[in-house]
Amino acid sequence: MIKFTIDGVEVEAEEGQYVLQVALDNGFDIPHLCYHEALEPYGACRLCQVEITNGNRTRLTTSCNYPALEGIDVQTSTEKVIKARKMVIELLLARSPNVSIIKELAEEYSVGTPRFKLGDDDCILCGLCERVCREIVGVEAISFLGRGSDRKVGPPLGINPQTCIGCGACAYVCPTDCIKVEENENERTIVRWERTLPMKKCKVCGRSFAPWFQLDYFGKITEGIPKDFWDKCPDCR
Amino acid sequence: MKSINTPQELEKIRKEIVGGRDPEKPCIAITSGTSARAYGSEKVIDTLRAALKKQGLTEKIDIRITGGQGFDEREPLLIVYPQDILYQQVKPKDISEIVSETLLGNRIIDRLLYKDPQTGEKIVNKDDIPFYKAQTPYIFGNNSKIDPTSIEDYFTIGGYSTLAKVLTEFSPEQVIDIIKKSDLRGRGGGGFPTGMKWESCRNAPGNKHYVICNADEGDPGAYMDRGLLEGNPHSILEGMMIGAYAIGSDEGYVYVRYEYPLASENVEKAIGQLRDCGLLGENILGTAFNFDIKVSRGGGAFICGESTALMASLEGKVGEPRAKHIHTVESGLWDQPTDLNNVETWANVPLIINKGVDWYTSIGTEGSKGTKIFSLVGKVKNTGLVEVPMGMTIKEIVYDIGGGIAGNGTLKAVQTGGPSGGAIPASLIDMPVDYDKLKEVGSMMGSGGMIVMDDKTCMVDIARYFMNFLKDESCGKCTTCREGTRRMYEVLDAITQGEGKDGDIELLEELSWIVAEGSLCALGQTAPNPVLSTIRYFRDEYEAHIKEKRCPAGVCKALITYSIDEENCTGCGACKKVCPVEAITGEKKELHTIDPDKCIRCGACIAACNFDAVKVA
Repeated sequence: MIKFTIDGVEVEAEEGQYVLQVALDNGFDIPHLCYHEALEPYGACRLCQVEITNGNRTRLTTSCNYPALEGIDVQTSTEKVIKARKMVIELLLARSPNVSIIKELAEEYSVGTPRFKLGDDDCILCGLCERVCREIVGVEAISFLGRGSDRKVGPPLGINPQTCIGCGACAYVCPTDCIKVEENENERTIVRWERTLPMKKCKVCGRSFAPWFQLDYFGKITEGIPKDFWDKCPDCR
Repeated sequence: MKSINTPQELEKIRKEIVGGRDPEKPCIAITSGTSARAYGSEKVIDTLRAALKKQGLTEKIDIRITGGQGFDEREPLLIVYPQDILYQQVKPKDISEIVSETLLGNRIIDRLLYKDPQTGEKIVNKDDIPFYKAQTPYIFGNNSKIDPTSIEDYFTIGGYSTLAKVLTEFSPEQVIDIIKKSDLRGRGGGGFPTGMKWESCRNAPGNKHYVICNADEGDPGAYMDRGLLEGNPHSILEGMMIGAYAIGSDEGYVYVRYEYPLASENVEKAIGQLRDCGLLGENILGTAFNFDIKVSRGGGAFICGESTALMASLEGKVGEPRAKHIHTVESGLWDQPTDLNNVETWANVPLIINKGVDWYTSIGTEGSKGTKIFSLVGKVKNTGLVEVPMGMTIKEIVYDIGGGIAGNGTLKAVQTGGPSGGAIPASLIDMPVDYDKLKEVGSMMGSGGMIVMDDKTCMVDIARYFMNFLKDESCGKCTTCREGTRRMYEVLDAITQGEGKDGDIELLEELSWIVAEGSLCALGQTAPNPVLSTIRYFRDEYEAHIKEKRCPAGVCKALITYSIDEENCTGCGACKKVCPVEAITGEKKELHTIDPDKCIRCGACIAACNFDAVKVA
C-alpha cells in the first residue's frame, strides 16, 4: 500500500492508482469534468488541479493523472488552487454559459459573469465520449477533429459514423448532456452524430431492445454464446 | 556504390574518392537550398549547365550544387574554385559573363562581389566578408563543401569515420559518458542535457528502443534545421546512428514537417544511399550494430513539434500531447523507451566525438557549451543562418554579423525563442546567448529564431501576432490553453483596434498566469511569454494604445492616420496614382491631401513618394 496525505489526512492507495481516484474514494471533493473511473485519465479540463508536494518540489498539477506516490502531500484548497479553479470555470463558462454543470460549478465557486465575450458551445471537449467509444466499446466511431477553438468531436469526414453501434455510451458519460438519443419503436438515433440504426425486436415480448448492428458486433466479439441469446431482450433472457 | 562491410573498406573507398579528385580542378559551387530557390537558383544552374555545354567545358569544370550557406540575404551564391571567389545575388543573365570573364579570362567581375557597406570595399573571399568572419561554423560550414545528395562528397569530409570509430573503439556506455561530459544541451529549445536523456533511455527497461529526430521546426522565422537537413542530411543521420548505438536502438525515425519537401527529399535520398552501401541495415561495418531509419512526415501542425504529440502523430493518432508524469525515455513511441532529439542536437554529436570533450567544452559559457545556429531575421541587413559560440552577445550577432539595422530605423528589441520566447529590449542586448541568461530576462533560447525589431515595430502588435499564431496552433485539448490563448488574443486585438480598456493589462497578466500554470504542455505553458515580456519592457506602448488610443510605432492601422506634409510635397501625383481607394486628391504641382475616412493605411503612397512627404501619426 502507498501512503500519502491529502489536506493533512493520511490515505492509502494501491500501486497504479491516481491521486484524484484516491481523493474521491476518501470523500475529498475535488471538482472534475473529464475524469471517469472506468477510463484512462485524460487531463483535458484542468479543473482537478491541486497542489502536490513531492520531495522539496510543490506544483500545481492535475490530480486525475498524477500517480499516487509514497509520501506526497496533496492540498486541495489552497489559495492558488482556488484561483486556478475559478479561472478554469470562468473560461468554461464563457465558452458554454448555458450548460448546467458549468453553471452549477460557477455558482459553487462564486464565479460571476465572465470577463469575455460569451459563446454558446454545448460541448466542453472533455473527451469522455471519444474515450469511452475507443477504450471500452472499442469501435472508435468518433474522434477529435480540427484544433484549437475549431476542435470538436465527431465522426471522421463529418459523415455519419460507420462503426457506431448505437450503444449510447457516449451519451451516458457526457457531462453536459449534449448527446441526445432518440428512439421510437423501429429505430434509435444518436442525434449528435446523425447515426440512425434499425432496432431488433425481442422474440418473446416483441419490444425493440437494441440495434441489429450492435447485436451483430457483440456476436462477433464474444465467444461461446448461443445465437438465440441475441434474439431475446435482457428481461426475457 | 559498392557494399561497405568494414571500417577498412570505408577508409579505402574514402581514399579512392579523394584520390580521384583534383583539388585544383575548376569547380563552381552554387547554393540551391530553399532560400536560394526562392531567388531562382534553379534557373541559374540550368543556365550555367547550358553555357558550359555550349563552350565544351562540361568535362573541364565541375558544378557542385550545395544547400544553403547561411547568407540567405545574398543568395544565390556562386563560388568559383580554386580561386575561392564569391559572387552574390547571381542571376541567369550573369552567367555568360561569369563564364567568359572569370572561368576563361581569369578576371573578377566587380559588380557581383559583396560590397562592405561600411568601407565600400569589394570582398573576394567568403571568409573575409564580415557576415562570415565573426562566425564559428563548425557544423554549418560543411554545407559549402558538399552536394547534399552525394554520399561521396560526405565521405570526402570524413563522413562516417566517427561512426566507425564509435562502433569499433567505444562501448555504448562510453559514448554516453562523452556526451554527458560535453554538456551538450538540447537545441530544440528545451535545453535538457542530452547525455542524461540518452542514459535514462538506455537504462529504461524494454526490448525495443527508438530514436527520433525532431525536424518539425515550427517557430515562425526559424529555419536552422531546414538549412541542416537540406544541406548536410548525412551529418544528422550519422549523429542518430551514434546515438542509437549508445542507447541500444535499432530503429529510428526522422519526423519532418510537411512544409519541408526539399529537406525530406534529401534525407530520403541519404537514407537510400546508406541502405545501398550497407551502412544502414544489419551488421553495420561488420559489427553487431543493426539500425534502419525511416522518414515520417508531419501534417501541418506546430503542436507536433512537442515530443509526445510528435510520437502520437508518428503512430497515426491525433497529434496532441499527453501529460508527462511518465517520461518518453521510459515510455514513448508505441509505449517503448524513446530518445527524441532535435536536428541540431544530432548534428553536434559527430563533432563532439570527433574533436573531443576538451575542445567542445572550451567553446561557450559555463552552462551552455558549444555553438548555436540562429536564424537572424527581421529588420537586419544580413538576413540568414549564423553559427556562433554560446556566449557571444546579441549585440555582436546583430551588428558584427548582421550588419546592423536595415533601413534607417533604430534597434528596438530582439525576439528569441519564437512564440515561447520573449522580446529583449535594445538596452539589454549586451547580454550573452546562453540558455540560463536568456531565461533570466524573460525570454529563452528556443530553437534559434532571432527576430530583429526596429522603432517601427509595435510591440503590442508583436504580442498579438504571436498569440494569434498560438491560438491557431493550440491542439485544443486542455481548457486553459485552448480558451486562454483565444481570450488573450481577443484582448490584444481589441487593444490594437483602439478598443483597449483600463484593466486590460491586468487581465492579460491574469490570463497569462492560468495559461502558464494550468496548461498540459509547453505550448500553453510558454504561450504567455511574448505578452509578458512585452508588458515588462514596453508597458508604455500598451498604455499609449489603451489610454491615448495611439500607436507610438505607427503600425496599428486603426490608430494611425496618414497625412501629407505641406513642406515636402511637390504635387507630383505619384501617391494619387497608386492609391487603391482613391483617397488622395490634388492638382498637379499643388499640395495633395489624403481623405482620412477613405484611407485604409495600406502604405502604397509611402512607397511611391520620393520626397518623404507622407507622414504617419
